[in-house]
Amino acid sequence: MSRKGKTFLYGVLLLLCVPFVFPTWWMVTSSLKPNADIFGRSLWPSHVSFAAWHDVFTMQPFARQYFNSAYIAVVVTLGTLVMASMAGYAFARIRFRGQNALFLVVLTGLLIPSEVTIVPLFRIFNSLGLIDTHWPLILVPIFGAPSVLATFIMRQFFITLPAELEEAARMDGLSRAAIFRRIALPLARPALGAVAIFTFLTSWNLYLEPIVYLSSKSMFTLPQALTQFTDPYQGQLWNVQLSAASMTAIPVLIVFVLAQRQFIEGLAHTGLKG
Amino acid sequence: MTKATRRQDRLTAYAFIAPQLAGTVAFVLVPLVLVFWYSLHEWNVLANTFTFTGADNYRQLADDPNVPKVLLATLFFSAGLVVVNLSLALLLAVLLNQKLRGTTVFRVLFFSPVVVSLVAWTIVWRFMLQDNGGINAFLDAAGVDGPNWLRSGGTAMAAVIVVQVIKNVGLNMVLFLAALQGVPQELYEAARTDGANAWTVFRRITLPLISPTILLTSIITVVGSLQVFAQIAVLTEGGPGTSTTVLVYYLYQQAFQFHAFGYGATLSVLLFLIVLALTLFQWQLRKRWVFHES
Repeated sequence: MSRKGKTFLYGVLLLLCVPFVFPTWWMVTSSLKPNADIFGRSLWPSHVSFAAWHDVFTMQPFARQYFNSAYIAVVVTLGTLVMASMAGYAFARIRFRGQNALFLVVLTGLLIPSEVTIVPLFRIFNSLGLIDTHWPLILVPIFGAPSVLATFIMRQFFITLPAELEEAARMDGLSRAAIFRRIALPLARPALGAVAIFTFLTSWNLYLEPIVYLSSKSMFTLPQALTQFTDPYQGQLWNVQLSAASMTAIPVLIVFVLAQRQFIEGLAHTGLKG
Repeated sequence: MTKATRRQDRLTAYAFIAPQLAGTVAFVLVPLVLVFWYSLHEWNVLANTFTFTGADNYRQLADDPNVPKVLLATLFFSAGLVVVNLSLALLLAVLLNQKLRGTTVFRVLFFSPVVVSLVAWTIVWRFMLQDNGGINAFLDAAGVDGPNWLRSGGTAMAAVIVVQVIKNVGLNMVLFLAALQGVPQELYEAARTDGANAWTVFRRITLPLISPTILLTSIITVVGSLQVFAQIAVLTEGGPGTSTTVLVYYLYQQAFQFHAFGYGATLSVLLFLIVLALTLFQWQLRKRWVFHES
């Protein structure tokens, strides 16, 4: 490519980057401005103020909400990894009666978006007295439709393992469960990583379910809490909202930059299979 | 394999799939049946009454003047999203596929919104799209009087689509990039020897060869677009009027804001039928294109 062509291409790429990068920049810098002069064009606050970052914690139990989101996402991710790797392994590597029929039953989870079943699930959890608890946000993703995609991905991975590996282990007298744990699972690390990233982000981003099930502020998750920073007249406290949004977004962005290859390939892979 | 080990294998398999199977039944299949059942009922949470109302909710669905508007808004949103998302994803992938230093950095930048918390991302855009927000401030500097993006009928839908596309286009971009890298180099060289220009090469060689990926991504994007909720709730709350009230948002309003659970269940049935039709269509297409998939 000619030098001129390259310069042109870089120019186009830089221009296209603006809507992708600028919002994050604007989010962080605006959170450091006082609410009075938050509107305007200045790309950097005239004087940096962390007052809004402090307000985030006094206006809502934000540390508690942060913890809620984090622990729910971790529990859901671990639970999904266990469920999906076991079920995916069994469907891929073991022959048993009813295999195809049972796999079809599980696959219905891929067919039915969770928005379709939210009304009956709400009634079920309501009658169990589990409204305004975290149980619906933990149980449904681990056992319900969202984990089916994970099972499917794990199955697709385990199918590719060569049969000789397991036969050799068989000769050594290993049981199925031991083959799964000591041979198949360690080999599945890339697939497990992809599933973990995907599941964590899905749980971290969940919005419809928390606003349907949760009503007290100390139970809220982050996405739900972010929209609640208003003054007594329902006016938006932009700088506080943006501070809370920054605190929600930045840690994940840092992990993403450190492990960008795993994130990009893992998420694209899971997206394709869904 | 002996009979005993085979039996042991089977038992292990059943134990391994039992939790997933029970979960699917309890949290997917039973609720799905219940959606149909509830759509024939009215449930009053406060009085705790649950009464059979027959086809009343379906009659309401047929008479509801909002339903055609909601379906139209859903169609606009999905169609707009797919067109903008796929064109942009393809453009970015083609640019990143050039032999150029630093494309990895650009790939990371274009992908980064995918990992930004969805509501955080939406809040920043809501802030920027205010009448006196950042975007209009910059337009003002250029001498353009920007509209009140989220409050005017003409721009609200476009704004919601753009915010969603920029958030997620990175995923389709990566899929397209992989597809582009799978096109054999010899084909390009042969075409160039024949004197074809870049546009002809793209149209006659690249596009046909990546068409399975285009099809796949468009279906994933359409099905995903039907589930968009947080963006609408945070950006426009379905407004102005009902111009951005898509089906999932309408369902949420009816069931959880107006507490019309029976009618909410009826709208869920409608959503289910649409997703089902799309999925069956997708399977038909995949079957036909299967020789392209590796």
